[in-house]
Amino acid sequence: MLNKKKLNKRLVLPKAAEAIIRPILFTSALTAVFVIVLIAFFIFQKGWPVISSYGLWNMLSGTVWQPTKEIYGILPMLTGTFYITLIALLIGIPFGLATAIYLSEIAPPRTAGIIRPAIELLAAIPSVIYGLFGIVVINTFMRYLQRGLLSGILPPDYQLGYSVLSGGIVLAIMILPTIINIAEDSLKAVPRAYKEAALALGSTHIQTIFRVLIPAAKSGIVSAIVLAMGRSIGETMALIMVIGNVTALPQHGLLSVFAPSSSLTATIALEMGYAGPQHQAALFAVGIVLFCIIALLNSFVIAFTRRGGQQQL
Amino acid sequence: MMTRPKGKERFIYLFLVFSGYATLTILCVIMGYIFLKGIGHVSLDFLTQSPRKMGAEGGIFPVIVGTLYFVALTVLIAAPIGVGAAIYLNEYTREGTITKIIRFGTELLAGIPSIIFGLFGYAFFVVLLGDFTQGWSLLSGALTATCMVLPTIVRTSEEALKSVPRALREASLALGATKWQTIYKIVLPTGLPGILTGIILGIGRAIGETAALLLTLGGSLLLPQSIFHGTRTLSMHLYMVAMETGNMDAAFATGVILIIIVLLINFTANYLIKKLINRNSTAAIRR
Amino acid sequence: MPDNNNIKVFAEKLNLYYGHTQALKDINICIKEKEITALIGPSGCGKSTFLRTLNRMNDLIPFVTTAGTLLIDNQDINKPDVDVVALRKKVGMVFQSPNPFPMSIFENVAYGPKIHGIKDKDELSYLVLKSLKEAALWDEVKDQLNKSALSLSGGQQQRLCIARVLAVEPEILLMDEPTSALDPISTLRIEELLQELKKQFTIVIVTHNMQQAARVSHVTGFFLTGELLEYDLTENIFTKPQHKKTEDYITGRFG
Ligand SMILES: Nc1ncnc2c1ncn2[C@@H]1O[C@H](COP(=O)(O)OP(=O)(O)OP(=O)(O)O)[C@@H](O)[C@H]1O
Ligand SMILES: [Mg+2]
Repeated sequence: MLNKKKLNKRLVLPKAAEAIIRPILFTSALTAVFVIVLIAFFIFQKGWPVISSYGLWNMLSGTVWQPTKEIYGILPMLTGTFYITLIALLIGIPFGLATAIYLSEIAPPRTAGIIRPAIELLAAIPSVIYGLFGIVVINTFMRYLQRGLLSGILPPDYQLGYSVLSGGIVLAIMILPTIINIAEDSLKAVPRAYKEAALALGSTHIQTIFRVLIPAAKSGIVSAIVLAMGRSIGETMALIMVIGNVTALPQHGLLSVFAPSSSLTATIALEMGYAGPQHQAALFAVGIVLFCIIALLNSFVIAFTRRGGQQQL
Repeated sequence: MMTRPKGKERFIYLFLVFSGYATLTILCVIMGYIFLKGIGHVSLDFLTQSPRKMGAEGGIFPVIVGTLYFVALTVLIAAPIGVGAAIYLNEYTREGTITKIIRFGTELLAGIPSIIFGLFGYAFFVVLLGDFTQGWSLLSGALTATCMVLPTIVRTSEEALKSVPRALREASLALGATKWQTIYKIVLPTGLPGILTGIILGIGRAIGETAALLLTLGGSLLLPQSIFHGTRTLSMHLYMVAMETGNMDAAFATGVILIIIVLLINFTANYLIKKLINRNSTAAIRR
Repeated sequence: MPDNNNIKVFAEKLNLYYGHTQALKDINICIKEKEITALIGPSGCGKSTFLRTLNRMNDLIPFVTTAGTLLIDNQDINKPDVDVVALRKKVGMVFQSPNPFPMSIFENVAYGPKIHGIKDKDELSYLVLKSLKEAALWDEVKDQLNKSALSLSGGQQQRLCIARVLAVEPEILLMDEPTSALDPISTLRIEELLQELKKQFTIVIVTHNMQQAARVSHVTGFFLTGELLEYDLTENIFTKPQHKKTEDYITGRFG
């Protein structure tokens, strides 16, 4: 049927393909690592001169950001990012965890089958949509609150609607999917036996959830929170649209949640559009700070979940 | 199902249930609100005409075209690299230091904020490679977006490849197929729905992206003539119209289009995932 | 060295390790052309492992090392310059559970010839027809060649897998418990099929079914904890086994 010579000729091609395909695939696989290195390289290359001449500490602790006058204090943005993230986490964590518990422990399958896709959609909605909703709904509501109930105690420039609190609320919604998905996965990964043992000892379902399941799923829940933190520190567009982008340090204690604010991300995105070379370099320096924070958080999560995963097995 | 708890536990229980429904409600409120505010402004003219006054009036035709070009170019670059990476990780190597580094890099990349990608894309693709990419252009934007969607495609494709039963690979190899023949003819087709899901999720991310594109894609409202021209995507347009012209009607209408696209993407992805699960479980049952 | 030229497979002091655990110990075996050899033995004794050394499927498992001689047609198949693809084309394998590709019946059978470079439609059709006939499946599927292979019954799927192997025109057929996932009737059909196939192919079959070994094979090997404890004509093994353990095993007193 088949003569041997013919066959050998035909086999040459697949063999040549085998030989070149491996390096091609290997290069593809390395691309991600390559990109990370390039990102770090370019951000540092452009931003480092500013940090080294201005001084890292001067920059981190400086309260005035006037890049046109070569004053590069980023404390206002740092605090902005910090407060907004804090609020987002304070709201997002309880609701996110509660939803995760509801989905994995309480919800009947059909209800869960409606809520889970909703969460996927929530994760898929573009930031700018959240931003739009934020300006039009949350900021309007905030303005009513600031100019009505709270008008007596708030300074006039805290009555604009644009505020740390709006940013926090918008971000709280945006990080819900991250928290819910990861927390639910780790709750589900808890061996059934734990739960059955607890129930068999006569604990109620709620006791079992809080005393057995949550402690057992701890590592997953922690990574959920840290990832959510990373996501809110890194969010740009939704914040630009709702926080007002004022680079001033909040002055009024707790009332500062009603102050308009800026964030590391928003400042970069807004000012890159018109910045001159020196100003651009300063924005890259802000980028360095942001990059380092995120890289640290994410490395922590990656290392932590690996170890956590092994413990659970 | 549990019996309803009593006393203090009842409050906790109610909070858990409330949260579950609250999440659903938030989604409905946001999508519903944008839809109601914007749908009245969406018309055939809006979809087919060019914008006037920076988008405050007129339609979004060039933006739709720009978005399509941008997405197509991104997929064209990102899909082969991402799927190739997944094939390498899953088929061509054993777990070791190199795969650890690659996985770590991929995970790290997934967590990098978009504005950092924007800075990088600006410094690298727009400025340094400017002679090649022509500065702010579809190409610069797509290359930047490629970096962003790569982790999504790699991860999802890897899951898809993992779901292909080992028995099929062995059958093919035992017939004298080479490794690549086995991958190309058996593994990839069997895992195709999952791979497509990864690509579609990547498209979703690229469409929703704004910050990185502000710094790399330009933002031109003209119909792009080639990959070396700038353009803007729907998300960018929404932002620019809302913040620069203050015409919220046009912004909401753009939002409606965006939401419809996101819904379509999500449904397609879910459909494909179901298909993958069905197909491979029928093949796997007989293992 | 074996000088008899109808010897197809020859192993001497063949050892195999999964990492540090030894799965095959000093296997000596000599399999003749166009005979059916049955391998029996308790679970985990190394039957599958041995079978998979013959087409080097163990290459796919990390940290496997082999030592000793293993010749097929007087060629050492463990030499580094051996073309594994050509080896596997010559040494076909049928797996324990049917594993058809998720494609049509026709495509399943045509897969092998296609990857070996046959493009001609008529040639492919002829090979598919011939192989399906040889595998005694043709009459059942001739009107539905484009149907998905997954829609066939388990027994049909297994015969399809046999047809798929036959289509690459191998010389040796390895079968690892090919009927263990099948009902008695399908099993019987495959056993009948084996009697046909042995006219053309050298067959090595692993089975847990003593009657099956007795019914279909000329020669039987009894494996125990990685060793080939007894290897003789099937007749002898089942009527006057040399080892007490062989006797215990085949009479079901093992344990
Ligand atoms: N991939 C592997 N890695 C490590 N050890 C393995 C592997 N495959 C098999 N083994 C070990 O090698 C020994 C022989 O296994 P093998 O599968 O050859 O047995 P078998 O005789 O075919 O058994 P069965 O009748 O159950 O199919 C067993 O102890 C098994 O645990
Ligand atoms: Mg076995």
